[in-house]
This record gives sequence, C-alpha cells and structure tokens, in this order.
Amino acid sequence: MLNASLKRLSAALAQKKISSVELTQLFLNRIEKLNPALNAFITVDAAKSLAQARTADARIAKGGAQPLAGIPVAHKDIFVAKGWLTTCGSKMLSNFTGPYDANVIERFNDAGAVILGKTNMDEFAMGSSTETSFYGPARNPWDQAYVPGGSSGGSAAAVAARMAPAATGTDTGGSIRQPAALSGLSGLKPTYGLVSRYGMIAFASSLDQGGPIAKSAEDLALLLNVMAGFDARDSTSVERAREDYARDLEKPLAGLRIGVPKEHFGEGLAADVGKAVEAALKEFEKLGAKRVPIGLPNSGLSVPAYYVIAPAEASSNLSRFDGVRYGRRAKDYRDLADMYRRTRAEGFGPEVRRRILIGTYVLSHGYYDAYYLKSQKIRRLIANDFVEAFKLCDLVVGPTTPTVAFKIGAKAADPVQMYLNDIYTVPANLAGLPGMSIPCGFGRDKLPVGLHIVGNYFSEARMLNAAHQYQKATDWHEREPAGIQP
Amino acid sequence: MNWETVIGLETHAQLSTKSKMFSGASTAFGAPPNTQASAVDIALPGVLPVANRGAVERAIRFGLAVGGEKMINRRSIFARKNYFYPDLPKGYQISQYELPIVKGGEIRILTKSGEKAIRLTRAHLEEDAGKSLHEAFQDMSGIDLNRAGVPLLEIVSEPDMRSAEEAVAYAKTLHALVRWIDICDGNMQEGSFRCDANVSVRRPGAPLGTRAEIKNLNSFRFLERAIEFEVQRQIEILESGGKIVQETRLYDADKDETRSMRTKEDAHDYRYFPDPDLPPLEVSEEWLEGVRKALPELPQGKRERYQREYGLSAYDANLLTEAREKAEYFEVTHKLLKGPSPKTVANWVNGELSALLNERGVGFSQTLIEQKAFAKLLDRIHDGTISANAAKEVLHGMARGEGTADEIIEKRGLKQISDAGAIERIVDQVLAANAKQVEDYRAGKEKAFNSLVGQVMKATQGKANPAQVNEILKRKLAS
Repeated sequence: MLNASLKRLSAALAQKKISSVELTQLFLNRIEKLNPALNAFITVDAAKSLAQARTADARIAKGGAQPLAGIPVAHKDIFVAKGWLTTCGSKMLSNFTGPYDANVIERFNDAGAVILGKTNMDEFAMGSSTETSFYGPARNPWDQAYVPGGSSGGSAAAVAARMAPAATGTDTGGSIRQPAALSGLSGLKPTYGLVSRYGMIAFASSLDQGGPIAKSAEDLALLLNVMAGFDARDSTSVERAREDYARDLEKPLAGLRIGVPKEHFGEGLAADVGKAVEAALKEFEKLGAKRVPIGLPNSGLSVPAYYVIAPAEASSNLSRFDGVRYGRRAKDYRDLADMYRRTRAEGFGPEVRRRILIGTYVLSHGYYDAYYLKSQKIRRLIANDFVEAFKLCDLVVGPTTPTVAFKIGAKAADPVQMYLNDIYTVPANLAGLPGMSIPCGFGRDKLPVGLHIVGNYFSEARMLNAAHQYQKATDWHEREPAGIQP
Repeated sequence: MNWETVIGLETHAQLSTKSKMFSGASTAFGAPPNTQASAVDIALPGVLPVANRGAVERAIRFGLAVGGEKMINRRSIFARKNYFYPDLPKGYQISQYELPIVKGGEIRILTKSGEKAIRLTRAHLEEDAGKSLHEAFQDMSGIDLNRAGVPLLEIVSEPDMRSAEEAVAYAKTLHALVRWIDICDGNMQEGSFRCDANVSVRRPGAPLGTRAEIKNLNSFRFLERAIEFEVQRQIEILESGGKIVQETRLYDADKDETRSMRTKEDAHDYRYFPDPDLPPLEVSEEWLEGVRKALPELPQGKRERYQREYGLSAYDANLLTEAREKAEYFEVTHKLLKGPSPKTVANWVNGELSALLNERGVGFSQTLIEQKAFAKLLDRIHDGTISANAAKEVLHGMARGEGTADEIIEKRGLKQISDAGAIERIVDQVLAANAKQVEDYRAGKEKAFNSLVGQVMKATQGKANPAQVNEILKRKLAS
C-alpha cells in the first residue's frame, strides 16, 4: 500500500480492501517513524486526519465517491487550511492557525481526500533546499546528508519516503520541479492561472502556481483533476472548460516533436545529469518522438530577471506580516516603528530579509526603470523565445536542475549558487508555461536526476501523456530510496 | 502688486456600492468596529482581491459625465502603493497610478464672474484605508478596519481655480454631479466626499508657486476657510521675504488655521508597481455603451436646455440643477401647467418651495407636496384666485397636510376679490375719503398713488387683486 499508485489505492478503497481510516493510519505510522529523521512535516494531527478519513469512509460506503476519496494527501504548509497551523515555514506565522480553507484545500476536501499533514518548506517558499525553514531542513530520503530540494522539499521528502501517497507544492521558480527532481519524483507546475492561488500564501504573485508532487505522471493527472479549476476569488484564475488531464495518458508518442534547447546543455550542466537526460531523450525517440534542436536565446537572462521580479513582488506581499493583526509580534518595543522593525527582524529569517531588501531596492524611486521595468521586458523576451520554440516542437525537454541534490549546508552561505539551481526551471514561471519534472535515472552518489518537460499553455494533458508513456517504458519512477524501509 | 491664487483639488468620492472595492464585505457606515472587515480586508495570509464591477461602472459613469467616451481608458492598471501603517492591513493600498480609468474631462462652474471650465487631470479607482482610534484606549491605539477597502474615486483637477470661491463652486458642482449620476451619496459628515486642496500663490503671469496640500477638508465651509487662511499665510511669508515650503498641511477648524503635517523631505517612496494580483482592467465597447445608455441627462445639458428652451437665466438654471430630484420636480410641474411661465415655476421651485423643504430637512424626491398639487397652487396664482403672498400661506398649509390648495384657500378665505364692480365701489369710497392724496397725485406726486393702493387693500383686508386695483385706480384718477 505504501508504494501503490493513486489508481490502485482508489480501487482498493472502492473495493473495501482497505478503509480510509486504515490507510491514513498506515501513513501516520510511517510518518511517526520516519519524520523525526527526515523532518518532512511541520504539522501532523492524527485526530483531525482520522476524523476526515472516517467521513471519507462513510462517503465511499454510499458508493459513487470520487477517485481521490479517502486518500491521504500531504499539503505544503503554504496552503491555509482551516483549523491547521499554517506557518509557511516561518517563525512569523509559527502561531498562525488557518481560519479558512485555501481553494486547493477546499477542492481536496470536496473530493473526499484526507489532509495528512502540513509539510516543511523554505520560509515563505524562498529557497531551493528547505534550509531556510524556521523548522530546520527536511532531509533527502535517498541520502539524509542531502537536501530534498525546495521550496516544496517537505512534500517531496514525504512522498519519496512513502510517508504520503502524494502531496501538494507550489512553484515560483522551480519549487515543485526541483525538489521532485532531487527526490526522484514526478512534479507538475501547471499553466499560470490553472490552479487558484486563493489561500496559497503569496511569495511572488505573478509567478506562484500550485501543483502536485507524486510518484508518477498518472498520479499527477488525477491530482491535477482535483486541483485545477476556475476560482472567482482569484482574479488571475483562468476561466475555461473542465478537462480530464488523464484523458490522453495512453496516446502513443509517434510524431511528437521534442525540442531540445541547446542553452540548457551548456556550461554548468553536470556530466552525470547530462548523461541521464541524454538517455531519456533517446528513450523518447524509441517511443516514436522526434528530436528537434531549438534555441531559447534569452534563457541566460531568466535568473537575473527572476531575482528582480520575485523579490519585488515579495517585498510588497510580505508587508502584511507586520505584527498588527496576526502572527508573531515582538515582545518589547518603544513605538510603532520599533514594533515593525523588531517584529519583522525577529520573525523573518535571513533569506526572506535579503529578498525583501532586494525587492524594496528594485522598486525604489530612481531604480524602478533600471531593474523592475527592465526585468519585465526580459520576461517578455523569454516568453517570446517559447512562442518561437513551440512553432518547431510540441514539448521542450531538458534537465530540471544542473546537478543532483547537494549536501545540506553546501550552498547555504552562497545565495547566488543556490539561485542558479533554478536556471532551467525559472523560464517557465516567467512565461507562465506549464512545466514538469520526472525521474530519468541516477547520477553522482546514486542520487536521482530529473527530466524537465515544458509544454505550451494549457497543454498539461499532452505533457502528462509524454511523461506517462516514458514511465511505462522505464522504471525510474518506481525506484524507492533504500534504507528507509520499515 | 497683487497676488494670484492657484488652486487644484483632489477629491475622494466614496462610490455607492454595497460591497467593497476588492471584497464582498459591506460598506455600510456606522457598524461596530471590525464587523465589516472580511478576510480580504484584514489581509489574512493567502487572500486575494477581486475588483468590484459596480465600482468600475461608477467610475465609467463619471468619465462619461465629465467628457464622454474619450475620457475612459479602455485598459487601466491597478497598482500598489506601499507604506506601513496599522490601519493599512496589506502594507499597501491598491490604487491606480500610471494608467487611471478616467483621463481628462472638465467641470463647468458658475460664479459671480460667470461660467468657467475647470479641467480634470484624471480620476482613478482606489480602496480606502481603515481608521486608527487613539482616544479610547490607554497607551494603545485601536484599529477599525470597517472602512478598509471601501471603494473611492479620486478625482484630480488641474490647478485651474483662482479663488476660494471658485474652489467651493467646483467642489459643489462636483458634489452635485456625483450624486446626480448616482455614484456617491455625497454624505460629507460620514466622509463620503472629501477634498484635498493644493494651494499656491504667484504674481500674475509668473510660473506656478510652491504649493501646500491641505488634507481632508470635509465641508465646503472648511474648504473655503482653509484656502483663505492658507493664501493669506503664503502671501505674508512671501511679502516678508520668506519662501514657501512644499508640505502637507491640516486644517484645524476650531482654530481656523492650517498647520504643517509633513514636509516633502519626509515624503514616502511609495514604490508603486502594477498589482500582480489584478489583471489590467479592460473596459469593452459594449460595456461602455451599456453604461452610457443608462446615464441620465446631465446637469450641464439640462442647464443649457433650460436656458435655450425655457428662456431661464443661467442663475435660475444652475439653481434648478443643484440636484437631479429638484430638476425633475421642476420639469414635471412645468409639464402639468399651461398658464404659468417656466420662469414662474422656476422661481417658486427655487424660492419658496426650496426654502420650505430645506426648513423641514426633506428632499425633492420625498413627496411632501406632490407636483400635481403644487401645479394646482401655481394655477391659482395665475388665474388670479389668490395673490402670491396668499399662495405662500397656502403652500405651508399644504406642507402641514391641511388639504389641497383649493381647500385651504376656501377654509382660510384667501380668495382675492377680482369682481371689478366690487373693487370699483371700494375705490370710489377710498377716493372720496382721501381727497388730499388725490390732489397730490394729480399734482404729480407718484407716492400718493401707492398710498391710495394701500388704502384699497386695507379696506379689502388684502384680498383685492392688486393688478385690478392698480388698473381701476389709474382709470378713475385719470378721468
């Protein structure tokens, strides 16, 4: 059961081979055993989860329950959930209990899924390793000396260690895809606007997008079916007809044009990663896909542009954490300005403070044009690169990250090195395109390598189709970390 | 050498929507603190703004009213204005900065020196902040977020006004307009309509002087007093060789003076940038057309029409169009009448009836005296049944619910004596009894005539038709 796909779990529940309560308890036991070492969860509340499982069992008993009914799902602690501590990985919100449900939570609740817990993350999603979390780093189940990636690293570690069948994450510059890659999982960042941001604590509003992390593309399709959909409370939510993201999974790949951007195979790409990705491209060719060389000429500008736009938006988004209405407030202060100063200095960690400072700077009078406006222009150029690319191919494929997972502490002191982790994933966020990562082999120290797939707007079904066909032909996604078996 | 005053106004008009600019919470005034603040208004983590269509529509109405479709930006942008204050829950105010929904337009005002057009720079949508309460708590401040997120239209004029009188005329005309087109209730005590005045002085022909901005003027009288004080203050500084500092000032109504709040040096860098939570605000041609069609005839149009069609003076037309209800009352009454001239109707509506309604604190929309009943009264003056003086008494009687005009005339015996024979008999008696005045009149003393008229009126207890008395007296004296 711990290794089962969502489809199999769903069938087992429907056939009463197992109850949701039993299934939930199974994973809760696993969490109890492994979480002290892996630190994937910030909050676990067995009573709450089991109560939800009982409700799900009643629903299943009535028959006609939805595919995810009774299945426990772990949620990144960035999603506000009613009655659940919702910290966003920050000391600032270490006392904040969600007074309402995020749209994503609401959708899982409506589908009958069980909230299994809230997962660890980089503080306010700012980081690529979970090392900026106020709750300490999560560890990579493949090797606990390594980071699981971030910012949705807790979700990735939870699924990789089979503490959860699936999890949610958010992706602003790669925060779903990079941890999926580093933890040997499948992760999808949908087209901007597909998943509602209501109740997803904002990092950079124009880039943030929620999505699923799971063991396979097939699981991702089922999860996306629940998560995606128009929400009138999010003005950037896209109003379009409902679709079944699993509908094209079984389509053959003959004739699929796979674009390979030369810019993502140059300097900076580790040989082990390059090798695994190259093998995956060959596998796609075997499946009937055609390899097309493409260029994303402005790719190199994406990280600098991203690290202007994202902090700019963040500096404003995080202003609400001022100690006035909720969250932590400094104990002693002289006056209002001092209260703000101390509350924010104490409540935010160094990476969050750094980004607020950068963001404040680039929006300041006299610097706005040179930084913020210029970055917006670069953003347009990057989006145009993809418009050109998709004239030549159906999917853009390459490595998700330049290297496999790095050791905890290895990059913590060097923000620029840390930021370069996002080099291949950030363009999709800037362009608003859907991107995903699937496991495609192992590199140095037997650590997983991720294959990055970017599709055109709203082409999630097609991306999932390609990934699923690849996963039918390979077994990378079925490998599980050794040494953590109970 | 004299000084020229230069004034520009920024007006915040609260839009009359039921819900807030970006949330579904109620905008009703006067609720207990924080009972009308939703998750969005208190800026909980994760919440997002959704623009209120009704508020946008009201902004469009305004744009159409001050200059037509050319004034409406088909695409405008919501921006964040960033600053920290406890009553600003998000740490930024959502406003419009580079691309407002309304650009340009004008407001035509009437002052003693005639009509003048005041150009508008722009009008943009924004949300209000909450309120800090510093009094009620010991060593602490309270925050009431009921106001947070209330929709505002900030209307910015060009520095086209040259006196406090013009500024007040502009504010009053604007106030009437926003009520006329039903986008703001105009309640100044509740803060639904408030002005910031940018005031500077210069030598005529010289470039603009340094300005001071006086904040939050919430009555026309304060606006006038604050500007007058400020102009005087600036002139005194300049004439004694000083310099004006660009600053924000507050008007203290109790002391009748303005005082410095903050200078330009400690001005914020608001770090405006487009709000990524809100896509550009698009106004389609269909939407615009729909709003245009629903727009009532505007005060400026009515003013011109009243002068053209009814031959009213600009002054009368202006008074009638102070409020839409008043203009409509005038038009309905006028249509019911054949005899009395539009001028007579206008005089009664602007004069006695306005005074009466004012006294009672009711508006023209309330049916204290229905147009039909009012028309009947005017008819009775016209057909000579009662004098204008008696009509005032009848009107007040009607307001007290004593009956119709005819019933009151009857009950109170206010009917004029219009029987020529009866009046002639009285005139004869008066002439016989006042030989001296008759002599004087015939000797060229015009005053004697008035005295004789007075005698006739006295003899009839004021009920004789004055026109008839005049005519008969003149005839008899001439013979």
